Amino acid sequence: MSYTRLLAVAKKEVIQILRDSRSLIIIVIMPPILVLLFGYGVNLDLKGLPVYVYDRDGSQQSQDLLKRFQASDYFHIVRVVNGYPALTRALDDGHAKMGLVVPWDFSERLRAGGPVQVQALVDGTDDNTANVLIGYTQAVVQGYSSDIQLNWLREHGQAVQPAPVSVETRTWYNEDLESSAFIVPGVLALVMSVIGAFLASLTIAREWERGTMEQLISTPVSALEIMLGKLTPYFVLGMADVVVCALIAIYWFQVPLRGSFLTLLVSSAMFLVAVLSLGFFISVVAKSQLAASQIALLVAFLPAFLLSGFLYAIEQMPIPLQWITRILPARYYVSVLKKIFLKGMPAALLYADLIPLAVFTVVLALLATRAFHKRLA
Amino acid sequence: MPEHNNSVVVEKLVKRFGDFVAVDQLNLEIRKGEVFGFLGPNGAGKSTTIRMLCGLLTPTSGRALVAGHDVGREPEAVRQNIGYMSQKFSLYNDLKVIENIRLFAGLYSVPSNMLSERIEWALRMANLKGQENLITGTLPGGWKQRLALGCAVLHKPPVIFLDEPTSGVDPISRRQFWDLIHQMAEEGVTIFVTTHYMEEAEYCNRLALIFRGKMVALGAPSEVKRNSMKGELLLAECEPLGKAVEVLQSAPDVIDAAVFGNALHLVVRDAAAAVPQVEKYLSDQGISVGRIEKIRPSLEDVFVSLTTARDAGEERKA
Repeated sequence: MSYTRLLAVAKKEVIQILRDSRSLIIIVIMPPILVLLFGYGVNLDLKGLPVYVYDRDGSQQSQDLLKRFQASDYFHIVRVVNGYPALTRALDDGHAKMGLVVPWDFSERLRAGGPVQVQALVDGTDDNTANVLIGYTQAVVQGYSSDIQLNWLREHGQAVQPAPVSVETRTWYNEDLESSAFIVPGVLALVMSVIGAFLASLTIAREWERGTMEQLISTPVSALEIMLGKLTPYFVLGMADVVVCALIAIYWFQVPLRGSFLTLLVSSAMFLVAVLSLGFFISVVAKSQLAASQIALLVAFLPAFLLSGFLYAIEQMPIPLQWITRILPARYYVSVLKKIFLKGMPAALLYADLIPLAVFTVVLALLATRAFHKRLA
Repeated sequence: MPEHNNSVVVEKLVKRFGDFVAVDQLNLEIRKGEVFGFLGPNGAGKSTTIRMLCGLLTPTSGRALVAGHDVGREPEAVRQNIGYMSQKFSLYNDLKVIENIRLFAGLYSVPSNMLSERIEWALRMANLKGQENLITGTLPGGWKQRLALGCAVLHKPPVIFLDEPTSGVDPISRRQFWDLIHQMAEEGVTIFVTTHYMEEAEYCNRLALIFRGKMVALGAPSEVKRNSMKGELLLAECEPLGKAVEVLQSAPDVIDAAVFGNALHLVVRDAAAAVPQVEKYLSDQGISVGRIEKIRPSLEDVFVSLTTARDAGEERKA
């Protein structure tokens, strides 16, 4: 192994990256944009859901109930209408996610102590949102009802006993249940997959396509020197992207970094080597930039996006898909990321993820070194 | 041991791609400091041979020694001792001139105390002094070829392989290129060059004609011309040419007839005897005959003669 030759290849690769605007965009601009997009765009929190109200009673009591909806962060009462058609139209147009109808005899029946029902019309096109809405609505109405009961008891001179059993919830790791805290760390895996697999998949294919490979392999440079010389610049740039994305996550999105930054860097380095090796291997096999980039998209980017647990919980996937996730390095990396950021687990407790990740890294790196030969055809 | 004086020794070299035999039982010995030309039409096996000698393709059978190293077993030792210029320009178009030079100096591990001297030398040789910062892709063809040669010889290799180095280059640049090749040969460098320009072959010390993977002639250009013609050559100016060539194909004394420019070249057994017979034969067919005389064959004549003889032989076999 000659460092002179390795360095010559690496320098050449750096010059080519700096002169190629597409590579530069992917390395410099895309990572922060992905973090911002996912940090803001993919918001699984439901807040301020638009609600239309049709209050047929218009009494003090019905206003009390509606005020409770207004006071909640989850609802935003957009408009009070006076008829079903307006309500239906609002749901049809998507102006409202829910229509709340208070019956005309609401206060009367309350006074009589009888049961009374409030109608909630929920837009069920997005089942997740609908479920959450129904849950929140029930909670608000339940609260209102039990207050009425307590008041009634108090007025009738009874000893007041609040509901005998209640759940006191406390959320750990992501206390405010902010989805950005859940998603943003995982974006690192996505960024690494693009930089690693996608850019590395072009390296060897580009030399074949442009005809420069023939001259390159006629020199004494070894296959390993070519591989390391080509991948080292991407490794350095990829690690810089890790740091940039982590800083955006921590300082912009206020994602807590509870574990050590060093563990973050080490696990990122492992994952980056794995995807770079994978991309390099694809590049050797595909020999054309177009084919290589498509394969890289298919085997690195899409799994990192859909199956790594970055957006969708692996435990909720069908069993066969869950098995498939076990052969994805991205799965282990995402898991490590979430544990480092949110749980602050020390490296020693991450072995269940770090060991498989290390195995993939070594296997893929070996595969890549074996794949490339200095031969034509 | 003849191998000590020889830079390249090729023994029974064969390369097959599936059923296709690209190089068939090739034997060669090239001396140190020789400019050796490898001639043949496209697809004859020139590039395949050169690629095997550079360790880029593995021979199917046979062996080849380059600068004393076996191309099959020690390709890396071979590569340290050769400079190679592929047929298609294959430096990096998106690098500057100087960046390409530095890259190849690094790949050939040119020692740092010699680096600036070698870079300087390459720039002067390629006549690119002052153009160091141009992007390589913007250079004209002739400049690119000289740069490619400069990059291939930065490490002063004892053997240089040039695969059609002057294709697509203007005549003046071609001349300059050959001057460079001869300068290097004078310094003891062995040069193996393929070409399909027959006039360029005259610049070589020795040459081999290759056709369909087989060597059909070998020697100095003058020897090849003298020995490889089966008979003597006549030039005949006649009108109309097309009809003349057709009727002469079947004339009894003519071995072969081909159009060269605005005249015919005829291969005959004995020129003196054939001239009157051909004249009579043509005028009997109503073809007007101008000048007709014995000429010295060019390499092209030799080549056409050798390849048509081989074609005819194969047709008989089939």
